[in-house]
Amino acid sequence: MSNVALEVRDLVKSFSLDGATIQAVDHVSFQVKSGEFVALVGPSGSGKTTMLSILAALLTPTSGQVLIDGQDLAQMNEKQRVKLRREKIGFTFQSNNLIPYLSARENVEFMLRLNGNLDRAARLRSDELLARLGLAERLHNLPAQMSGGQQQRVAIARALIHNPAVVLADEPTASLDTERAFQVVETFANLIHENERAGIIVTHDLRMCQFVDRVLQMQDGKLVRIYEDKKEILELARGTIH
Amino acid sequence: MKSVSLATYLAVKEVIRNRGRFLLVALVIALITLLVLFIAALGEGLATGNRQYVANLDAQLIVFLEKSDYVITASRLETKTVKSIRRVEGVDDAGAIYTSNTEIVSLAEPLKVSMLGVEPGRPGMPTILEGREFRTGEARETVIDRNVALRSGIQVGDLIEIRSTQGTEDEFFELEVVGLVDGQSYFFQPTIFVPPATWEKIRPQSESELTSDTPFPSIIAVRLVEPSQTDVMSALLMEKVSNIEVTDIETTINNIPGYSAQQGTVQTQGIFTLLIGILVIGGFFQIQILQKVPQIGVLKAIGASNGVVGLSAVMQIILVTALGVGIGGGLTYLFSLGFPPTIPLTFNGERSLIAVILLLLIGPFGGMVSIIYAVRIEPLKALRLG
Repeated sequence: MSNVALEVRDLVKSFSLDGATIQAVDHVSFQVKSGEFVALVGPSGSGKTTMLSILAALLTPTSGQVLIDGQDLAQMNEKQRVKLRREKIGFTFQSNNLIPYLSARENVEFMLRLNGNLDRAARLRSDELLARLGLAERLHNLPAQMSGGQQQRVAIARALIHNPAVVLADEPTASLDTERAFQVVETFANLIHENERAGIIVTHDLRMCQFVDRVLQMQDGKLVRIYEDKKEILELARGTIH
Repeated sequence: MKSVSLATYLAVKEVIRNRGRFLLVALVIALITLLVLFIAALGEGLATGNRQYVANLDAQLIVFLEKSDYVITASRLETKTVKSIRRVEGVDDAGAIYTSNTEIVSLAEPLKVSMLGVEPGRPGMPTILEGREFRTGEARETVIDRNVALRSGIQVGDLIEIRSTQGTEDEFFELEVVGLVDGQSYFFQPTIFVPPATWEKIRPQSESELTSDTPFPSIIAVRLVEPSQTDVMSALLMEKVSNIEVTDIETTINNIPGYSAQQGTVQTQGIFTLLIGILVIGGFFQIQILQKVPQIGVLKAIGASNGVVGLSAVMQIILVTALGVGIGGGLTYLFSLGFPPTIPLTFNGERSLIAVILLLLIGPFGGMVSIIYAVRIEPLKALRLG
């Protein structure tokens, strides 16, 4: 847990709406190290989704810097951003995560195909990862033949299989029941730690924070508080801190 | 190369996993193919039936009566004209062609045919496939088109009887079939060939024509020593021989009554069918892309380039179109086996090939809007993150 995989420096993102300027992200700075799992929390409209979109190289910031594995997003053209997303970032979304006409195995392997790394060893690694996520019996199932939880686990496998520097998860538990949600986030956290990746999860469900190393709390586009103490984080997760 | 491989992988997987949906679209394309190919075959068949004899002439120029506007039925040349033409330098040979219609009545079902008077061994006389050429003079011999033989079962050596209206009376003439030729339809009818003197005797004629024994040719087919010199020789012939106008084979075909109008109609039908095809295919793929917006968003968000997404859409369209055209081609062939020879369908023409190429192009052309749409999808909006 020593290398900085992701660094955000004085990040600003503003939008114009009906003539007014809205500061969705307001001078935010933080770092996430390899092997660290961080939660980005906050109420609706706090700027966490905008922040995630910028970190995913899907949205250009108004000012400030985002460095992923030392590469500055602001210095990149669209082609370089696509390459960065493919090689350095793993992504799980809230819904519509998987390609519906690819099986669980094919969805995971697609990331390897994209990066030109699909060989026998990589295939084996992909199957092992899916087995680790409890999907050994579901390799050939299409997304429509799997539950929401199983789909999310396939998405997690896809986000990790190509060894990205940063793994981003946007509300991955939004469509899951509590038990499944805990399972998914716990497995996610374990894999982040084991594989030494930098993980960021955006969630509105504070209970999920019990599995993370740090919590970044946003409000009105600002980073208002950082929870680093495990005891505090657990209290936040239990709802004793608001 | 990697993009092509990725795009192919995505396109093939999606088609295979949604084969029911894509098969339905392929079937729609197959039906359009069936229609377009039949229209093309009908056009080719009608054109062939109309022009085949003229198109296959062993000649480069056709001589008409002056001011006949290159219309065969309006042209009636003097008998001596053919000799004058043969004397012009640069003319290899010339053959007079006499045109009329008649009916073979010695069959269970009477068969209408074009009866052409031609001179053996000269331009206008087709190549004999079986048997021999007829003798000159008033020999009651005929060479028939294979199409006549196929329809009627007549063979070389058989006697046929034709009916001809002479003045106000119907008269019947017997002719011996001495040879077979191929591909000689004229004016939508299969053809029989007879010597000019015989033609003059047995052709349908009015009361006033009965007193004359001199056959007047409709046109003269001219074979040149130098086949490429059509323009020069055309001018030279008109200068040296009076009361004629000269043109090439193509102009002669285009001036066959109704030929251009008929071909124009058939081609317009074909073009409209292709346009309908473009709209149907374009509509389907546009709806499909709209349904796939979030999925394309995911692909782009995880690092698939616009090239991969666009190429995948193109390949899918090509795949489905090719499948549809293949099925349609097969169906067309099966249907064609059941059509009677009286329906003028010709499938082995240039038109069928052009139709297939156009059909293969309508997919990508129709799907162009959807392909552009797919490339322009922004992952952020598609994933509703923005």
